[in-house]
Amino acid sequence: MELFELGIEGIKALLDKKEVTPHEVLDAFFARINAVEGKVSAYVTQTREKAYEMAASAEKAGNSGIKTLSGIPFAIKDNLCTKGIKTTCSSKMLENFIAPYESTVTERLSGAGGVFLGKTNLDEFAMGSSTENSAFFTTKNPWDLQRIPGGSSGGSAAAVAAGECAAALGSDTGGSIRQPAALCGVVGLKPTYGRVSRYGLVAFASSLDQIGPITKTVRDAAMVLNAIAGRDPMDSTSAPLPVPDFTKAAGMDVKGLRVGIPREYFIEGMDPEVEKAVKGAVAQLEAMGAIPVEVSLPHTGYAVAAYYILATSEASSNLARYDGVKYGFRAAGKDLLDTYMQTRAQGFGPEVKRRIMLGTYALSAGYYEAYYGRAQQVRTLIKRDFEEAFRVADIIATPTSPTAAFKIGEKSADPLQMYLSDIFTISINLAGLPGISIPCGFTGTGLPIGLQLIGRHFDEEMLIRAAYAYEQSTEWHKRRPALPSDNGADKGEGPKAL
Amino acid sequence: MIESKDVMKIADLSRLTLTGEEVRLYSSQLNGILQYVEKLKELETGGTEPTSHVLDLRNVTREDRATASLPVEDVLRNAPDPKDGFYRVPRILE
Repeated sequence: MELFELGIEGIKALLDKKEVTPHEVLDAFFARINAVEGKVSAYVTQTREKAYEMAASAEKAGNSGIKTLSGIPFAIKDNLCTKGIKTTCSSKMLENFIAPYESTVTERLSGAGGVFLGKTNLDEFAMGSSTENSAFFTTKNPWDLQRIPGGSSGGSAAAVAAGECAAALGSDTGGSIRQPAALCGVVGLKPTYGRVSRYGLVAFASSLDQIGPITKTVRDAAMVLNAIAGRDPMDSTSAPLPVPDFTKAAGMDVKGLRVGIPREYFIEGMDPEVEKAVKGAVAQLEAMGAIPVEVSLPHTGYAVAAYYILATSEASSNLARYDGVKYGFRAAGKDLLDTYMQTRAQGFGPEVKRRIMLGTYALSAGYYEAYYGRAQQVRTLIKRDFEEAFRVADIIATPTSPTAAFKIGEKSADPLQMYLSDIFTISINLAGLPGISIPCGFTGTGLPIGLQLIGRHFDEEMLIRAAYAYEQSTEWHKRRPALPSDNGADKGEGPKAL
Repeated sequence: MIESKDVMKIADLSRLTLTGEEVRLYSSQLNGILQYVEKLKELETGGTEPTSHVLDLRNVTREDRATASLPVEDVLRNAPDPKDGFYRVPRILE
């Protein structure tokens, strides 16, 4: 196996045995980036110089104590502030923005010895499900370069799948970690709201945003969560709760675990290949001793509507700060008001403008109660659905996405169709619950399918326990896309087993 | 039903200048989305508490103690038009 195909655990083992140095690990990953990045387009900014500096200091500090991720190469979604490095949010508005401070998650990751290869592409300000809303370019799905990688953390998921990093950080407001992880055949974990500090995450919808890992294996996700989780005085919504060692949950059996299957998530019209793969995964868990139970989440059909009111309302407020005065892009206007109007008209892309306007409308006088107020009430109903379901289930299993990766351009003309592709992931953000997506099969044409597991508040251990048990009983996570290399003759298509 | 003049009003509140083409496009797209969102009205929500965020946290405070801020020059480095430690903007009053 090539070095770039390894995840955190694999690389760490080689580093611990001194079979490779952090410098050699970086050489391998940058060689891989050189070979495939021209096709995949995962990175907005590569930070080679900084990466070698970080690797040198990781080498010097060694891998004892808290240096649990010493020398591991990470990709960072470009809506996380990295001091002295461009943080663009894939927006013209922040195209030249150099963050003056470091986000808590990247601080903690580098504190654990992690090394950063660069910043990854996203839908502008994390608004989208395909990276097609990036102001710069669309990232390609490594399993089929004609298709989208999912979004908004599509650059991070594609980088992990393509071997352009060992692991990555993403952010998830309505599925932006889990959906691209599913579509790229990797693991994506959205922690409980409040588990991870949001300090330094460029805000989209503050009551829904959460940062989490995108990795090649479940244990890798647990290792990253160990490093980034916990109370942070800089984010008053980070929960003052102790952080367990999440890797201990990887390896516990699933005997007697009650797996809830929500009947509203397996509806007519669902992609048969997705349904088959997810039901197969549930059967596999059952074979290992878990107990499937049917549960009902009766307000599921209202989640997308409630989400698009709440998320856009919060976004319209959060994005008011982009005024062409304090930082970022400025267009010349004839007076101050005109400067605001022109700056925002030229600095934001179409989807961001659409959401700002929808949110502004939902919050405006005369409409507030009918839209925002009601959506907040529906959020309560959705939260209660899960509370009821978790009386009889320990985790809930669903598809992550209703379909495998779609073609570039297939849904970009119709925003509502794009929104509906988030149907299985957004309820979890509304309820603030943790969710994980793990590979559970492939379509006949070789596209990955994701299984979503949902847990109780602050019970990421249960997710990791079930996800790891399932993963270890399958071979899905060992498949890698056969990417044609920019400097090689390999024209192979479709999946290949290692 | 949102009309062109409503879209222009919303754009104005959002501090966005729109082209005629954009007004037409957003009128139709926002109508499509709002029509979909109408389904929220099917639900009986009378008396349901609204949820603004999911955590059981209230009035989180910290000790009232001054700590170091970011250096002014670092922060102003990203400003489109800084001058003498301030942000400069176009004239508001004639």
